[in-house]
Amino acid sequence: MTLLKPTLMAALLSATALGLAATGASAKDLRIGLQSDADVLDPDQSRTFVGRIVYASLCDKLVDITPDLEIIPQLATAWQLSDDGKTITMQLREGVMFHDGTPFNAEAVAANIERSKTLDESRRKSELASVTSTEVTGDYEIKLHLAGPDATLMAQLADRAGMMLSPTAAAEAGADFGLNPVCSGPFRFEERVAQDKIVLKRFADYWNADAISFDSVTFLPIPDTTVRLANLQSGDIDMLERLAATDLAQAKADASITVADAVSLGYQGITFNIGNGDKSDNPWGNDKRLRQALSYAIDRAALNQVVFEGAFAAGNQPFPPTSPWYDTDHPVPARDVAKAKELLAEAGYADGIELEVQVPNTTVPLQLMQVVQAMVAEAGINLKIVSKEFATLLADQSAGDFTASQIGWSGRVDPDGNIHGFVTTGGGLNDANFSNADVDAALNAARVAPDLEARKASYDAARDVLIDESPLVYLYHQTWIWALSDKIEGFTPYPDGMIRLEGVTWSE
Amino acid sequence: MLLFLTRRILIALPTIILISIFVFALQKLLPGDPLLVLAGEERDPAVLELLREKYRLNDPIVVQYFTWVSNALQGDLGISLRTNQPVTELMLQKLPVTLQLAAMSMIFALVIGVPAGILSAYKKGSLTDYIANVVALSGLSIPNFWLGIMLILLVSVKWQLLPASGYVPLSEDFLQSIRTMLMPSFVLGTALAATMMRHTRSAMLGVLSADYVRTARAKGLTERRVVLKHAFRNALTPIVTLTALLFGELVAGAVLTEQIFTIPGFGKMVVDAVFNRDYAVVQGIVLVTAVGFIFMNLVADALYFILNPRLRGQ
Repeated sequence: MTLLKPTLMAALLSATALGLAATGASAKDLRIGLQSDADVLDPDQSRTFVGRIVYASLCDKLVDITPDLEIIPQLATAWQLSDDGKTITMQLREGVMFHDGTPFNAEAVAANIERSKTLDESRRKSELASVTSTEVTGDYEIKLHLAGPDATLMAQLADRAGMMLSPTAAAEAGADFGLNPVCSGPFRFEERVAQDKIVLKRFADYWNADAISFDSVTFLPIPDTTVRLANLQSGDIDMLERLAATDLAQAKADASITVADAVSLGYQGITFNIGNGDKSDNPWGNDKRLRQALSYAIDRAALNQVVFEGAFAAGNQPFPPTSPWYDTDHPVPARDVAKAKELLAEAGYADGIELEVQVPNTTVPLQLMQVVQAMVAEAGINLKIVSKEFATLLADQSAGDFTASQIGWSGRVDPDGNIHGFVTTGGGLNDANFSNADVDAALNAARVAPDLEARKASYDAARDVLIDESPLVYLYHQTWIWALSDKIEGFTPYPDGMIRLEGVTWSE
Repeated sequence: MLLFLTRRILIALPTIILISIFVFALQKLLPGDPLLVLAGEERDPAVLELLREKYRLNDPIVVQYFTWVSNALQGDLGISLRTNQPVTELMLQKLPVTLQLAAMSMIFALVIGVPAGILSAYKKGSLTDYIANVVALSGLSIPNFWLGIMLILLVSVKWQLLPASGYVPLSEDFLQSIRTMLMPSFVLGTALAATMMRHTRSAMLGVLSADYVRTARAKGLTERRVVLKHAFRNALTPIVTLTALLFGELVAGAVLTEQIFTIPGFGKMVVDAVFNRDYAVVQGIVLVTAVGFIFMNLVADALYFILNPRLRGQ
């Protein structure tokens, strides 16, 4: 008797052979693997990191940054600050067009700032809070009037708050702008299939078109790091963002892949509940010596080595040691178990103490905290890991239902964004509910400081208090790792993690 | 038959209502504030409050439920909190993807499972039977995610034969679409094939020892005719039931498989939506999937009539 006996591999292979002729994607379509899908594609409404990566190709901003975080012209070619620090006059690039043909000019800037400040759904309101009004003083000149000096504003304009949308399209679409975004960047929006791809096509009338050498760019969300790398290795994508540190060796061993990296602007650490509700009334919330002891008990360099193959950067401040804002008076401390024990004893816990830390229930944070757990155990701290799904963790943290929380921040170009909201009294992100008059004064002063030195001095002053109080124990700074096909040339890594395609080329 | 089906549909209705309540309630019971997740790092209390109003999250739960149901009945399942896209539009985008995956997996399952089941029943106790059983057991025991990743590493990275992941619509590039779906549907199909094989085997075993099979053999029919025409046809009823029931397993399996191979289908949409607390999307998908499952069972019921003439008189 002979019944059907299909051999699977044969079926797979024959179908494969058939399909081979159909492959060979156009080299001019750059395919980029993202760690997750972007949210709504409206710069005024969006919140995700990957969304910003898409904007880097889709929407121009008033100003941009260099890899060293200096502010440089993009759509604004020059700007002057008035002596009282309350007016910024901007000269704008001429001959720029939005993807729908609307010309870019001072009126367009005014309309954009108005939208960011007034659209109900806008998330940019606080970023532009200091701008009280705009004044169009010429076709290509605009004045921004400020409530007071704001040292953080230019950095905001180098990100989503400074992205210019076509005023025509924005007025028509209202809050639905994100379904079909129209900006003035090097690529225009073509199509989006949620969780699958975002396709942008080259904008022929781009003001800097010569710097762009791809016909289109396709962003593909591929959450699994192994699969993302496999896609690059098989040639299905051309580059990817956020290679896992654990995959670094594998990527480096592949001759057809190059790796680029930059220390991010963000941080990861442990936030303590200092004064947020009843749960803050515990030894860890009440006694800074315990928090200091925890910090001393951790070997940050070893932590980086064990969990991240040494690819990230150890840290003890909201800014990475590579940042110009890092306070070198407080370098990353070496591990000191004896000191930690001494501090515990001083606080009355010579026999050890328990600490419950809530941790997001994903691999990396759990690994991280397990290593920390082992380290601090030697100092007599019995660290208990409570793993929570991220949404729950965030809600509990916000509500004050925690003792300590392993959480981080993706980082901002301006130092203010990494610290002010977290530790000033009543700050929007101050889940610890930490409050200290000296810190408030220093950080508020930094916001209006006239020059970089004065700002740096203010941040250093705050740092002296914060290192002592330790409401947040900083652990490390993520490094952005990009893996690229060796055919890509001219890619520049930026600490903001964005992918800027100006000057990036493809060689067959 | 019409009466029978009408009765079935009437029974299905309360089930669907119960499911809708259940889905809605579960979403509300989940810890974590959807808007807090939505806000991510930037939590502006004023914006949060505004969005709460916009999405009517301040209404009493019962009011929220009825608003949702009445909108759903008019074909409006709300909009995704995350991307602002209408949920119905999202689902129409995803439906062909998951249907293609389901169909191709089912082909794998049937093509492997049924012949293997027949063969192993026919050669019961032989080496073939043991091998088929071991293979089936491995199909059940090997986790999808492991098999998926191994296939990607082997077939895509090492041999560079098939795309590692992703999706191409059938209408855009037929061949490439099939190629992209081969590995995922194989992974999903093998797991189902195992169940299919076990059931086919036991159904066939029952039939093969029946009197009429002996009679058929006595008539001098060829073995092929006896097994495939006489025995198999009668073993089909449980297999059809199973195929319909496996649809549920297929959807569940698709959740994982789509995650591994980054296929933008129902499964991936629901997982992402759950983690993002995109409740309108979760509610929409679960409701539609549940209705689809009930529908598949109705189809199976109808098929009995076609396959089993004895039922037609009832």
